[in-house]
Amino acid sequence: MKQPASSTVALRSLGTRDGVFTFAIEGRLDSGSAGKIWREANETVARAASKQVTLDASRIEYCDVSGIALLVQLRNRQQRAGGTFEIRDLRPEFQELLDAWGSEDPARLEGQPTRRNNFVEEVGEAVVELWKDTCSLISFVGELASALIKTTFHPRRVRWKDTLLIAEAVGVNALPIVALVGFLMGLIMAFQAAIPLGRFGAQLYVANLIGLSVLRELGPLMTAIVVAGRSGSAFAAELGTMKVREEIDALITMGLDPVRFLVVTRVIAAVLMTPLLTIFANLVGLIGGSVVLLSLGFSLTTFYHQVQSSVTYGSLVGGLVKSFVFGILVAGIGCLRGLQTKTGATAVGESTTRAVVSGIILITITDGIFSVVYYYLGV
Amino acid sequence: MRSEREAIIRVEDFTAAYDGQVILAHVNFEVYAGEVFIILGGSGCGKSTLLKHMNGLYKPAAGKILIDGEDIAAAEGDDRLGILRKFGVMYQSGALFGSMTLLENVSLPLEEFTDLPPDAIRLIAMMKLQRVGLSGFANLMPSELSGGMQKRGAIARAMALDPRLLFLDELSAGLDPVTSAELDQLVLSLARSLKITFVIVTHELASIFAIADRVIMLDKQAKGIVAMGRPQELRDQSDNPMVQQFFSRQPSHEPG
Repeated sequence: MKQPASSTVALRSLGTRDGVFTFAIEGRLDSGSAGKIWREANETVARAASKQVTLDASRIEYCDVSGIALLVQLRNRQQRAGGTFEIRDLRPEFQELLDAWGSEDPARLEGQPTRRNNFVEEVGEAVVELWKDTCSLISFVGELASALIKTTFHPRRVRWKDTLLIAEAVGVNALPIVALVGFLMGLIMAFQAAIPLGRFGAQLYVANLIGLSVLRELGPLMTAIVVAGRSGSAFAAELGTMKVREEIDALITMGLDPVRFLVVTRVIAAVLMTPLLTIFANLVGLIGGSVVLLSLGFSLTTFYHQVQSSVTYGSLVGGLVKSFVFGILVAGIGCLRGLQTKTGATAVGESTTRAVVSGIILITITDGIFSVVYYYLGV
Repeated sequence: MRSEREAIIRVEDFTAAYDGQVILAHVNFEVYAGEVFIILGGSGCGKSTLLKHMNGLYKPAAGKILIDGEDIAAAEGDDRLGILRKFGVMYQSGALFGSMTLLENVSLPLEEFTDLPPDAIRLIAMMKLQRVGLSGFANLMPSELSGGMQKRGAIARAMALDPRLLFLDELSAGLDPVTSAELDQLVLSLARSLKITFVIVTHELASIFAIADRVIMLDKQAKGIVAMGRPQELRDQSDNPMVQQFFSRQPSHEPG
């Protein structure tokens, strides 16, 4: 490898004469070599017996800004210590470079470092953040609702082509993962339940358990979490990137409402697709459960009748209503987090994380509320 | 006389293509050590493509690009690193790392590639920032800086290891005339005092006349160089209509 004939730099002490300590630096003083003599040079000057120090720079062949930095540091150090520092015979081109920095200490010009908050301030800030976030969530819900209501009166203003493409990404492309998770969920749950129920000779009732829990709870919940992970994050990343690239600003200045233009399409797509995915997940979950029962020696007809006797239409519809709401929540929060993206390379990643976390939190809380409501409604 | 000068970049029969579509074909030129070399041309003519090939980001479809006599596309491992350390690049948008302060951005190459102690790195980074007029902003994040400041910060970062060669993409784009003129002065003073060679992509006529030793002009149709020389000579003597058009700032088609 051909490197410039650098890396050869040496420091020589020439002793003290007439009260002036003199030392010399020889060779190439560049970013590759300055590190080699940095400490040595500082120690040499610090140890100098005299207040007056002279550097013989006549044999510095090459000197870049890193080299100049060393000279500046030595000079400033010596001057702070109340002494003088003279640089002799530095080549004019390097002298010009040295002069460009004047006599100020560059390290002092750094400006205020950003102050770290103490614990109380951190807590206060977090509370204020949470409050602001709640407010923005409420106002976003209002904006979204008004945009959706307008849409119902002017369905032609929805960008249906975009909506279909998004629906494909949210729904069709999610089928494999929903199928896998749903099937294994049904299978594993049936298997785990079959062991304790077998002790009571009640293995047949595994079918009841699978039917009820999948259709009422696990199908909608699991599907919503998959949608939050796949599509909520994607919405946040898409809108976040658009925000960073000033595309959202472009929309606003063109007089287009980003909520109508970007959010409504995504919410409609997610709202249509999440219940469909839930139906699919329910079906596949039941298939998973039936595999276990078949292996235990029950016939498929028995399983079918058992499920039909225990699961009402109310359970099915109740589950689907939940997944409809989950769809709105996941898409809405994904878009909101995307629109809230700040600037910088890490901002989009942050929004994506926030979209998934907020999505799952909202899903869980809403599911709890539904359980209470359904209990009182007797569903 | 020129042939005696040391060529720091030599582009030999260089062809660039994306997906089989040729952007530049059989381009030959040299950049001499210590000169300020400007690449001109309309949108889509391959200026950025040329620059990215010179930086080693892409491999040429044919031909060679030699930096200090070494083929950047063919080099691997430590050899490649050695070539990369010879030059610094300022990208069009600055490309400062958003997760680091300005000072950390400039310190990064020094931390990674030198054995300087931390206080030395800090001092050197501060001097680079001072050189580009950003000394009071060292602890700010790039997102807190204006576009022009980000660009100047990016030049400081490109200069961190004191390379012999600096590539500046769209030097004046998005800057006010005063800042732009200050950057021109910076380029001139660095070229003079540190003997840094500059390869610059710019459209700013004032800039070109102020700093360029030589310019080349690329063209989309010709897929290569249509003019090369000193800017004053090109303006006054070239009979190429494209060159004339560029220097007189005329649109290529009369409106209407």
